[in-house]
Amino acid sequence: MLSVTGLSKTFPGVKALSSVDFTARAGEVHALIGENGAGKSTLIKVLTGVYQPDEGEVTYDGAPVRFATPLQAQHAGISTIYQEVNLVPLMSVARNLFLGREPRGRLGLIDFRSMHRGAEEALRDLGLSVDVRRPLRELGVGAQQMVALARAVSVDARVVIMDEPTSSLEPREVRTLFGVIRMLRERGIAVIYVSHRLDELYEICDAVTVLRDGKVVHTGRIAELERLRLVALMLGREIADVRQEGLTKFAGGHDTEAEPVLEAQDLTVRHHLHGVSVSVRPGEVVGLGGLLGSGRTETAKAIAGALPTDSGRVVVAGVPVRTGSTPAAIRAGISLLPEDRKAEGIVPGLSVRENIALAALPGLSRFGLVDEARIDRIVETFMERLRIKAASPQQKVGELSGGNQQKVLLARWLAMQPKVLLLDEPTRGIDVGAKAEVQKLIDELAGDGLGVLLISSDPEELIEGSDRVIVLKDGAVVEELTGDAVTEDRLMRAIAGASTATATTAAATVTAAAGEDTGPGGLDD
Amino acid sequence: MTTDVDIPVHAKDTTEEETAGAGRSERLSALAQQHGALVTLLVAMAVASLSFDTFLTGDNLENMALSSAFLAVVALGMTYVIITGGIDLSVGSLFALGGVLAAWASPYGFVAALLLPLFVCGLIGFVNGLLIARSRLAPFIVTLASMLGARGILLSITDEGSTTYLVGKGSFFAKLGQGSLLGVGVPVWITVVLFVLGAVVLRRTRFGQYVYAVGGNEDAAALMGAPVARTKISVYTLSGLCAGLAGALNAAWLASGVTILGSGMELDAISAVVIGGTLLTGGFGFISGSLVGVLLLKVIQNVINQIGSLDSAYQQVVSGAFLAVVVVAQTWLGRRRRVL
Amino acid sequence: MTDLTLGRVTADRDRLLALLQEYGVYLGVVVLLLVNTVFTPHFLSTENFRTQAVQVAPVLIVALGMALAIGSEGVDLAVGSVMALSTSLLSLYLGYGPGIAVLIALVGGAVVGLANGSLIAFVGVQPIVATLALMVAGRGLALVLLPQLKDVHDPAMAELGSGDALGVPYVVLIAAALAVLVGFVVRRTTFGRSLLAIGDSRPAARLAGLPVRRVLILVYVCSGVLAAVAGVLATARLTASDPSSLGNLMELSAITAVVVGGTPLSGGRIRIGGTVAGAVLIQLLTTTLIKHDLPPSWTQIAQAVVIVLAVYAARERGKR
Repeated sequence: MLSVTGLSKTFPGVKALSSVDFTARAGEVHALIGENGAGKSTLIKVLTGVYQPDEGEVTYDGAPVRFATPLQAQHAGISTIYQEVNLVPLMSVARNLFLGREPRGRLGLIDFRSMHRGAEEALRDLGLSVDVRRPLRELGVGAQQMVALARAVSVDARVVIMDEPTSSLEPREVRTLFGVIRMLRERGIAVIYVSHRLDELYEICDAVTVLRDGKVVHTGRIAELERLRLVALMLGREIADVRQEGLTKFAGGHDTEAEPVLEAQDLTVRHHLHGVSVSVRPGEVVGLGGLLGSGRTETAKAIAGALPTDSGRVVVAGVPVRTGSTPAAIRAGISLLPEDRKAEGIVPGLSVRENIALAALPGLSRFGLVDEARIDRIVETFMERLRIKAASPQQKVGELSGGNQQKVLLARWLAMQPKVLLLDEPTRGIDVGAKAEVQKLIDELAGDGLGVLLISSDPEELIEGSDRVIVLKDGAVVEELTGDAVTEDRLMRAIAGASTATATTAAATVTAAAGEDTGPGGLDD
Repeated sequence: MTTDVDIPVHAKDTTEEETAGAGRSERLSALAQQHGALVTLLVAMAVASLSFDTFLTGDNLENMALSSAFLAVVALGMTYVIITGGIDLSVGSLFALGGVLAAWASPYGFVAALLLPLFVCGLIGFVNGLLIARSRLAPFIVTLASMLGARGILLSITDEGSTTYLVGKGSFFAKLGQGSLLGVGVPVWITVVLFVLGAVVLRRTRFGQYVYAVGGNEDAAALMGAPVARTKISVYTLSGLCAGLAGALNAAWLASGVTILGSGMELDAISAVVIGGTLLTGGFGFISGSLVGVLLLKVIQNVINQIGSLDSAYQQVVSGAFLAVVVVAQTWLGRRRRVL
Repeated sequence: MTDLTLGRVTADRDRLLALLQEYGVYLGVVVLLLVNTVFTPHFLSTENFRTQAVQVAPVLIVALGMALAIGSEGVDLAVGSVMALSTSLLSLYLGYGPGIAVLIALVGGAVVGLANGSLIAFVGVQPIVATLALMVAGRGLALVLLPQLKDVHDPAMAELGSGDALGVPYVVLIAAALAVLVGFVVRRTTFGRSLLAIGDSRPAARLAGLPVRRVLILVYVCSGVLAAVAGVLATARLTASDPSSLGNLMELSAITAVVVGGTPLSGGRIRIGGTVAGAVLIQLLTTTLIKHDLPPSWTQIAQAVVIVLAVYAARERGKR
């Protein structure tokens, strides 16, 4: 139905796709998987006309095509559901559903009555009953996703591309979605399905293509591919490694006897956190586990004052900290390495030097004048200690690799001599070598007596890096793993909770989620 | 891409009651947005007519309607632009340019007097749109430049502003501005027709849907297949056309192409649109609100004139303050909604 | 192989473009100077340079404040109105002595800046919109305070406007001193550094614990005060207060100077040297056209073209 051969696409400095062959057949659900930066999103964007290929050919329905715009692709019958809901929140549900193909009556004017009726019907088919006249943003995220789905399938689509459609859906909604996908398959529509949740892939997909570093490393029937082998292909590891050795570079246990340096009690943020308590002792690495949306990031942000809390208190080394104020938290010695490094961490246009000195700036100045000599000393110290690879301290941070950016951020916070480090996905989206280095650094820092709160979607990193793991689910603590209980198996079971998923499939899901997209601004976008 | 990075998407749906509660207060604030200006207008008119005997006289109303008409036509185009999330600062200059061109062309007949300003101003609007949509330059700077450029063109065709072209008395074109139908001036009729048309196009055509979609979420609109660039170019062209037409009508009304008109008009137009409930951030707004906004501004101006002792400069203070208040209210309402 | 050469060509082109963006404004100034030296009679006279410098001074001062606002990823459209407001206040309070009158005029500018900054920092209104509101209201207020043109008879003001030290007019000296000061503030103070960080990435600046609101408010207060200074100087030079025309389109000239000078509209970078050169460039362009008997309308059109070109060039940088 839709296929590409020898497809290449290069962005400045990166070869996003190189000689990719890919074929989606009618009546088949084709899984497209790969880690962050593997080229999935780029491939999808080429298929849908957002990007133009540098080399190679796209064949649709047996004839070579070249879609200049998403509109052309859409008219040709290729519909896409993106990872983030890509609808217009201020417009009504019906208008969103029918944008660009509104039913028109006399004089070419939109016939709202039949549009609303059509919208209601289309949504009812998906098990959703809402007032289609209301603005889309009044709906929950899951429901919005279903509207996007309804939009995609109600066009006379012959190919439907789904980019992580389940990332914000509830299990019930996932079942509905799968129902729809099966229906699409029966109608002879080709479905391209991108997801990190392996159990979903095995349940719904027929074929699979694995991308890594812009190349196809495997393609075939999914039933013939062992689950562990799939993970190994994605990660580019030998199965034996995955099975035995583990992938992280953490050394192991720390002293966990001292009084807590950080105590957060009953943190509550409406819709996000429901009374989360966390404590960290000096020299201890506490892992914060849970799935995406379980409240991990929110917990860290609430502690760091970046998210206003409704109730709860934060105490650092015995001193209460005013919540909801970043400067207050920083003064108290709390430092947060945010999840979205590119948007919330680095200041891309400023130099390595300025970025490192940013938070410490008020302390490094007299009468509002910057003490350049002291900054130089600090920058030099940390660039050496953290082994930051930059052409010079004057190089713009935006030009550095992900790993080095992360180290610059670490340096920024270490220059503040913090008591507590909150690390939200510190190794996401950085290459393997840098990853190991960052993990080693975390270990060293804890060894120096810092309290570390580590958030990671990678269970392996979490288990091997942490002395203790607190597991969150739906904004509340569901379990705390200590001592010998700090194992992947226990973590999976805690995360899976009462749900039907077995520990192993959950493990696979979470491992895969570690490679998840870094969001807007990511290379893969 | 999204602005509220702080609040990550949570997998959990809001419960039923929460949704209902959110819906109710959402509806309330939407109501305030939609009808706040109208209520204010009615109150202002009531107060004015109680305070001044001269307010509710036929002459005064006729005058107000006429002087509102030209600004209203400009505001009509501006509404489209603002709903797409843009801004057009060139309309004041285009208004003046349109008037001068119309007066200059009026000896060559009605059609020339109407089409020349429309063509030139539409073209400038089109260029604005091209630069904004295709070259992705910031709307305010592009239209600021064309505001200057249009003023320059105007000066160069009027010998640096020293020549004023007149519209022949009694010509058909002059009637367009000075004539009346059923006791109501022709420009007012034209304005009403344009507003009805404008509202229908915005609410009931596919193009109108695209306008909302582009302003509401440009990336999503593009991915949903909306012709983003074409929509933007269209609205800026439309805004140029509206400004040119308003200028031409005004010239017909005044019987001459006055060169010094129109400065500051872009601000009045923007104020009117925003006061009328259109979000400056784009994606939300309606045509009728802009008309109400224009009328409100004109009533305030009228009242200030009636007081007599007050300088007309107070009008600027009031409309500036009004604009600030409305924008603050919008921002707050918007933020509250996002939290809910 | 093809890939490589292609890469090199684009890299070369990029570097050339980057150089042009970086130093194009200086090149423009030099070219205009040369052209005028050759083609314009009496261009190389002290008197002419003096006139040019005096004329460019107010624009430059306003542009300095604008550069701060643009560096914080904002813009200040109210500067022209602030000039008008300051001239009105100055006239109104001249009876209490020039010192107090000037002070009050500057405070007026600061208050407008404070209002702008508060709307932007606390309420979260977009800078264009917030300053637009104060642009409308500010000019109105200026006219309410002083409905028509009024002569300013004050020896101290007259001296400020037309006096000089060592042959350099005070107005020019003040502008130069302010340029150096603002340049120093941007480069060497925590305020300057924070401002750039906020302009580049606001979420990151916030999470780094920078006082984002305070910095933003201070930016617009600075811009307001600088515009008020320009208003005072312009009044002193004209020996008259004309709130209805003083500072008209000043926001445009200031933005042009800043943008032509290579400060990107997307924030995070401020080029004070470039801004000075940008203001001078526009001034020279105007002079060139006027001295060659081209009507003012041409100047306006030329300025419009220059703005669009400058923004267009800056856009290339944004696309890396």
